[in-house]
Amino acid sequence: MLDRIKRLRDQSRNAIPSLSIERAKLMTEFYKSGAAEKVSIPVARALAFKYLLENKEISINDDELIVGERGPAPKATPTYPEICCHSMQDLDILDSREKISFKVNEETRKLTEEEIIPFWKGRSIRDRIFTEVDYKWIDAYEAGVFTEFLEQRAPGHTVADGKIFVNGFSDYMADIQQSFESIDYDSDPDSLDKRDELRAMEIASAAIMMYAERYVEKGIELAQKEKDPKRKKELKLIAETCTHVPANAPRTFREALQHYWFIHLGVITELNTWDSFNPGRLDQHLYPFYKKEIDEGTLTKEEAKELLQAFWVKFNNQPAPPKVGVTAAESSTYTDFCLINLGGLKEDGTNAVNELSYLILDVIEEMRILQPSSMVQISNKTPEEFLIRALKIIKTGFGQPSIFNIDMIIKEMLRVGKSIEDARNGGTSGCVETGAFGKEAYILTGYFNLMKILEVTLNNGFDPRTKKQIGLRTGNAEKFKTYKDLFDAFEKQVKHFIDIKIKGNNVIEQLWATLLPSPFLSIIIDDCIAKAKDYNAGGARYNTNYIQGVGLGSITDSLSSIKYNVFDEKHLTMKELLEALSTNFEGKEELRQGFLCDTPKYGNDEDYPDALTKDVFELYFNAIDGRPTTKDGHYRVIFLPTTVHVYFGSVVGAMPDGRRATEPLSEGISPVQGSDTKGPTAVLKSASKIDHERTGGTLLNQKFTPSFFATDEGINNIAHLVRGYFKLGGHHIQFNVVSADTLREAQKNPLKYRDLIVRVAGYSDYFINLGPKLQDEIIRRTEHSS
Amino acid sequence: MASKGVIFDIKKFAVHDGPGIRTTIFFKGCPMDCWWCHNPESHSTEPETITRQIFTGSSSKACYERKELIGKEITLEEAMDEIMKDQVFYEISNGGVTFSGGEPLLQSEFLLAILKKSKENNLHTTLDTSGCASSDTIKEISDFVDLFLYDMKLVDEKKHKKYTGKSNNTIKQNLKMLTKAGQKVIIRIPIIPTINDSIDDIKQIGEFLSKLKIVRVELLPFHKIGEDKYKKLNKINRMKDISKPTTEHMRTIKERLEKYGLLVKIEE
Repeated sequence: MLDRIKRLRDQSRNAIPSLSIERAKLMTEFYKSGAAEKVSIPVARALAFKYLLENKEISINDDELIVGERGPAPKATPTYPEICCHSMQDLDILDSREKISFKVNEETRKLTEEEIIPFWKGRSIRDRIFTEVDYKWIDAYEAGVFTEFLEQRAPGHTVADGKIFVNGFSDYMADIQQSFESIDYDSDPDSLDKRDELRAMEIASAAIMMYAERYVEKGIELAQKEKDPKRKKELKLIAETCTHVPANAPRTFREALQHYWFIHLGVITELNTWDSFNPGRLDQHLYPFYKKEIDEGTLTKEEAKELLQAFWVKFNNQPAPPKVGVTAAESSTYTDFCLINLGGLKEDGTNAVNELSYLILDVIEEMRILQPSSMVQISNKTPEEFLIRALKIIKTGFGQPSIFNIDMIIKEMLRVGKSIEDARNGGTSGCVETGAFGKEAYILTGYFNLMKILEVTLNNGFDPRTKKQIGLRTGNAEKFKTYKDLFDAFEKQVKHFIDIKIKGNNVIEQLWATLLPSPFLSIIIDDCIAKAKDYNAGGARYNTNYIQGVGLGSITDSLSSIKYNVFDEKHLTMKELLEALSTNFEGKEELRQGFLCDTPKYGNDEDYPDALTKDVFELYFNAIDGRPTTKDGHYRVIFLPTTVHVYFGSVVGAMPDGRRATEPLSEGISPVQGSDTKGPTAVLKSASKIDHERTGGTLLNQKFTPSFFATDEGINNIAHLVRGYFKLGGHHIQFNVVSADTLREAQKNPLKYRDLIVRVAGYSDYFINLGPKLQDEIIRRTEHSS
Repeated sequence: MASKGVIFDIKKFAVHDGPGIRTTIFFKGCPMDCWWCHNPESHSTEPETITRQIFTGSSSKACYERKELIGKEITLEEAMDEIMKDQVFYEISNGGVTFSGGEPLLQSEFLLAILKKSKENNLHTTLDTSGCASSDTIKEISDFVDLFLYDMKLVDEKKHKKYTGKSNNTIKQNLKMLTKAGQKVIIRIPIIPTINDSIDDIKQIGEFLSKLKIVRVELLPFHKIGEDKYKKLNKINRMKDISKPTTEHMRTIKERLEKYGLLVKIEE
């Protein structure tokens, strides 16, 4: 690694995350000035955006090649008071907590208390949301049946496509002009709204160009002061680059990166969009610039790599904006979910892997920083070499890149009516979310706690934790005569809560569309300009809402346990089961062990439990898929948890799968921790029994120790595992190469790690089955090899 | 033909028992009694019960005991259903099914039946064996085996008898017969310090193997794996004082064997 990159990387890694009051202060100033009252809401939002970019600090850090920060300095993270306000208590928690903390200085504290909170109280969209939704929604939300994404962060969930690399903002200005001219003032009832939206986009376009001009000035100023001739030249080049982009389409590799970065900053300064924003298929977008410059001799491979690495650091400098209230506890990561896509297919359906795809993998491997995250799109047309290269990075144990089945992802998009070209130009973002890049708003609206609903079903609609009747009265569970009686009741409850969730979403979505449009983001997402409609109001070509199912493994195992132990084998009555659950298995350890070890479980390629997984999937799918959104789009299902399975577990009591009260649920479509005892192929087989094609994504995690990746033969076997899963129709797989610490944890807590297989001696075995001495030896070996 | 067998484990994603991704079926019962056996639960042909201690908390006192049955009877159909579940992975990885044990040849009728069925389903078959069976038996099944993983512990018959309880005359003859017939054979040698790792032991093995046409030799270093299992089964562990051979020692043995023109690989 070059010295400069080492310094930049250290600068980024050592920067202490802090809360920056800059944005909140400017935003409050703008709205207090009265300027917003004289214009339409979209125009006011655009003017606010302009005000931020005119007044925020310009930062060019030492050694940088690509410039621009969201806050005044690396990891100085802004707040978005128009969305939600941090309370003084929130600030204390953020400042003092051990993990994922943000330093809060006196000025921030003072301004928050005296200026920010008093002005935004009742005005922020979060406050508006909680006054608009009904009590049923509040009760379910407080019980932990679902979470709500849009109460603290903006509906982002979208990704750039290739168009942004061939257009400058002067081009968008021309497009906006054209759209202005096509407004039909005579007969279109929305003509004024359209005009205002386009005006807002025009202001936002001009604002980002003005912002780049400020970097030109700063670059020239620093260059004049700079003594070192080499750095002086670099600073001049930075200024020159910012003269050209983002006003015009980039001409060089360097300009392309800087161009994107201005757009990135624009999006994440305008609003705190979920999943940040990301350049999508970076190897595809940059390749023409790379190829041209390499051919012409104006860029070397090493220079390209240095620029990419400098670009990587910029992502790492932007932690996810800190949340407020209970959400702060739910989500414990600095990651803002930028997911760089590599590989995949070209628009004509041929393999898209190129030289740059490999170079970017080198960058990922060398940088080893939290952000951006990365993934590879694997098709049956993808060369094996590319998959193997990716696995060799995964082997190093930092969780990147994750692996996706692009053939399946394209099918998922075609099923819901996207064009083949839009599908092939798409991919996934965030964790595993499928989307048509540059053309789709695909919004995660909240996680949905299937286990909580089973608990409520077993209690006739009553929530034992909040002591409220939150669900329907579907009958006393002790009276259920068959498993079907129970499942029918569960189905009714799921539908009931989905109805509540969607009704709430409808309200929230309309609040966003009217109160907080995002004109800047709308410029770069098709077809907002042509439709003269905001991204938050349905301007995108495709509009999808997801409700994320959580705990598929846990819910299967719980249903399986009831079916098996109560109805089929009659090991105990429902009454006895409910008693054991209500006392958290107190004095019933043997019963609990039976539930854990002698009951059919998801993840073992056994039809008994896996049929129930399918039932739950179909039920969830039928309750959601195809329902209309307020943006002329549709609801779809997706199965991902991020870290919410921990929070969701904390609100659910003991359950029939043998899980004790408050313990975490299973994540994604992975089996319950430790319940898959037949190895990885069985897990993949179970996971492929649900129809991934009818989802917008599924998340599957697999744990391995580094020894499985030790030889080329071992890596080939992992590659075969991936290919097999994808042939069976899987959407995504991620390999966690476990550390020695995990093994130590498994020694202490074996029941949670029944699935952990380790290489022993010419063969593999379950870690927990080994004697303590051998376990110690394997721990030492793992420490050694990772 | 036996349509039922006794097995003690089915292992999916077995990647060390032949090429590609495989399923390994472990047959219960073994005619030999090797001192270093790391699968003592495989000795008897009958299912047997063990007591497993399950820790339920971080404290070692929070412990719960469970009786578990080792070994079960399985029908040919059940076994084939289980094997075929991973067909997609065999196809992609050029893998297949491996029969191990115990000694699979001890249940030769069931083995023959399952091998035939596997070949009917176009699976690659591997037999992991000590070779301790009658030549007729081996001959009969060998038509349905694509690869043999053949154990070679000691060449010296007396020592072999002492440490495994059986003469190795038939074992050696069977190996000669298989290689002559052009069967693909990988030799596996467990390296057990003080028992079969002397210069002399290795020399004898090298000389013996150099005359045969084999794919390669795999060396498996002794591990103290069985210790815990012996305790659970209430069996005497004769390997208490033996420890794992060093990496260096393994390399020396590898080099010694290579002098006989053999392709040698150390399995970790």
